[in-house]
Amino acid sequence: MSTATPSPKTAKWDYAPAPESFRPEINADHGLYIDGKFVPAKSGRTMNVINPATEEHLTRVAEAGKSDVDRAYKAARKALRGWSRMKASERGKLLFRVARKLQERAREFSVLETLNNGKPIKESRDADIPESAKHFFYHAGWCDKLRYAVAGGHQPGPVGVCGQIIPWNFPLMMAAWKLAPALACGNTCVLKPAETTPLTALRLAELFRDCDFPPGVVNIVTGGPEAGKAIAQHEGFDKIAFTGSTEVGRGIVKGCAGRPVRLTMELGGKGAQLIFADAAIDQAVESAVLGIFYNQGQVCCAGSRLLVEESIAEMFQAKLLHRMASLRMGDPMDKNTDVGAINSAAQLKRIAGYVKIARNEGAVVHECGVGEIPKKGFWCKPTALGGVQPAHVVAREEIFGPVVCLMTFRTVDEAVARANDTPFGLSAGVWTEKSAKMFDVARRLRAGVVWCNGFNLFDAASPFGGMKESGFGREGGRHGLMEYLAH
Amino acid sequence: MTESRLTVLKTHKLFIKGAFPRGESGRTHPLHDKDGGVLAQLCTGSRKDLREAVEAAKAAQPSWAASTPYLRGQILYRLAEMIEGRADELTAALRETTGASAKNARAEVNAAVDRTICFAGWADKLGSVLGNQNSVAAPYWNFTAPEPVGALGIIAPEEAPLLGFVSMWLPALCAGNTVIVLASERFPLPALLMAESMPSSDVPAGVFNLLTGFRDELLKPFASHREIDGVVAAVNNAQATVLREQGADNLKRVRILDDRHDWSSESCDGPDAFGGVVEYKTTWHPLSAE
Repeated sequence: MSTATPSPKTAKWDYAPAPESFRPEINADHGLYIDGKFVPAKSGRTMNVINPATEEHLTRVAEAGKSDVDRAYKAARKALRGWSRMKASERGKLLFRVARKLQERAREFSVLETLNNGKPIKESRDADIPESAKHFFYHAGWCDKLRYAVAGGHQPGPVGVCGQIIPWNFPLMMAAWKLAPALACGNTCVLKPAETTPLTALRLAELFRDCDFPPGVVNIVTGGPEAGKAIAQHEGFDKIAFTGSTEVGRGIVKGCAGRPVRLTMELGGKGAQLIFADAAIDQAVESAVLGIFYNQGQVCCAGSRLLVEESIAEMFQAKLLHRMASLRMGDPMDKNTDVGAINSAAQLKRIAGYVKIARNEGAVVHECGVGEIPKKGFWCKPTALGGVQPAHVVAREEIFGPVVCLMTFRTVDEAVARANDTPFGLSAGVWTEKSAKMFDVARRLRAGVVWCNGFNLFDAASPFGGMKESGFGREGGRHGLMEYLAH
Repeated sequence: MTESRLTVLKTHKLFIKGAFPRGESGRTHPLHDKDGGVLAQLCTGSRKDLREAVEAAKAAQPSWAASTPYLRGQILYRLAEMIEGRADELTAALRETTGASAKNARAEVNAAVDRTICFAGWADKLGSVLGNQNSVAAPYWNFTAPEPVGALGIIAPEEAPLLGFVSMWLPALCAGNTVIVLASERFPLPALLMAESMPSSDVPAGVFNLLTGFRDELLKPFASHREIDGVVAAVNNAQATVLREQGADNLKRVRILDDRHDWSSESCDGPDAFGGVVEYKTTWHPLSAE
């Protein structure tokens, strides 16, 4: 790094904030969406929903119990026959409607997502919401083409009633990833949003209702672990699709062992980005930043291990820390914010615990970023860990926060071996300007998604999902669609 | 004057890493003919034998997967030649142990040869049929291609000890996986004869490993072994439950086929047969002239 470059630590960052001023109306209470209607939980129990950036109360949602989940599954079962036999092109038109409505109301959904999740508005505005709309648009077009999706050319049918459990990191997008392919194939769904982030899924439920979906085709039940358990242990589903931690996923697989149900498991990760000496370094630095600080690193496919070729490691680290020092942390509603709030106090505690472990294991902890940590809310500075060894806990376990491990390698073989030295196998990145080397490395990486000269790219048309203990099944593209077809 | 001669009773051994070890435990159990007489002895494979076999399969997998599909296809074709060459022996083995008629036994051998030929032809088409490019909304070249899962445990069906047996692992080998196969408990003879053909075929050591033994003892170790990446099993519901439950510890891919699967069905020759033996990798590459 040139000494002539002013350090961003001392530079002034005094341009005016540009906060998003639009506030969507939020009802004081939200019911469960079952059989086309919003209803309270049978127990009458509710949960508070807060804004993780301010800890302010946003609303209350119903907390579903076993009997509510049962009611939702029954509604889904009742709706299955009609939905799966509806003329495929008509089913498609309904899904196209959802895509359009989401686009029309994108601003409202973006703000709501950021309020409830804590992610920067530029991310919800530019990625979460448009990608969710695209997911419905993409899958709407599959409805009348299912026979071409499967090798063999026969007409496949739906799997049946699907229980779907999603995490809090991309609340609407995960709902879209689950619902769109399931509905396109003629399945009916019971979806549970994460405990802390139910708001956009509930608004999506309104949208299904307003788009004239038959009652029972989509059911959205909010709740905590009890509701999640009820969904995964019910007798009435044909498939479970789960996105979340490997630990919970493993429990669901075990719980379903006695039945021939279909499963899609999208679980944890410990993604590696391999930076070779012949990479476009400045772009690779940007990619490293995007890979781990996007969505505060609360991404299952995050590039949480940076493997840098030894000859450039020192230079690369200096550039990375320099870049990290200019990341703006603060009000997620501000369009200039790069790093928003951590989604919950519990998650913040987990991340802080890992940083402590890293210190104890001898890692050098670099905490960077611009901006005062707000007094309220859950905040974690963008953090890089130097001197991490492959055997360190922080190099092996998923942190799910804005914390990256810096490690080195000397040869291509060592790079591949280190990248693959993990029980996970979700994502990986390769940075080199040599295409033959790039594709050779990409081929040898045991990961379901490999990004060459890039990271954290998603598309409805592109299958996503893991190998090894990152789970099985794909979401997106033709391969994701097949997970919802009986053939 | 007729002189009676004692026949030499054979002990069939396991097949691990291209060699024929006796079981680690030294245990044997009898192989019965169709009338209940003792035809030979079988090594009783143990948990430790499984561990040896997994180590061999794991070590052999990367280079097997890295070999060209054309080469894998030719090796499988060579295997078909070997089966054809031993057709009489295999037919006799089926008749002797299962009691199949001459006609049915021969038909099963023929079908096994034809299935092997079928998968010899699949090796370099699998990627075209199961993979595709994805049209993403950004300047990226994006494609999804099948890859092998890794080292797989195969629980062969009890019935159809030749056709069912080969149908279980041919897709796996074809796609670049290596296998540890548990032969039919009652009728392992055709599988053992096949294993004897392996060293003289071109299948590299460790790519195909065969155990004989008791399902009740071995199913759990197959399911719980953390280095086994997936299991394809023709088993009953209770056994399937064990495999799924124990397999969850390392998120094993577990594919269950009905133990009464119709092995003559066309679906055994088609792309469905690759279920559970391929993973999909999606690769993104930017498009830019800069």
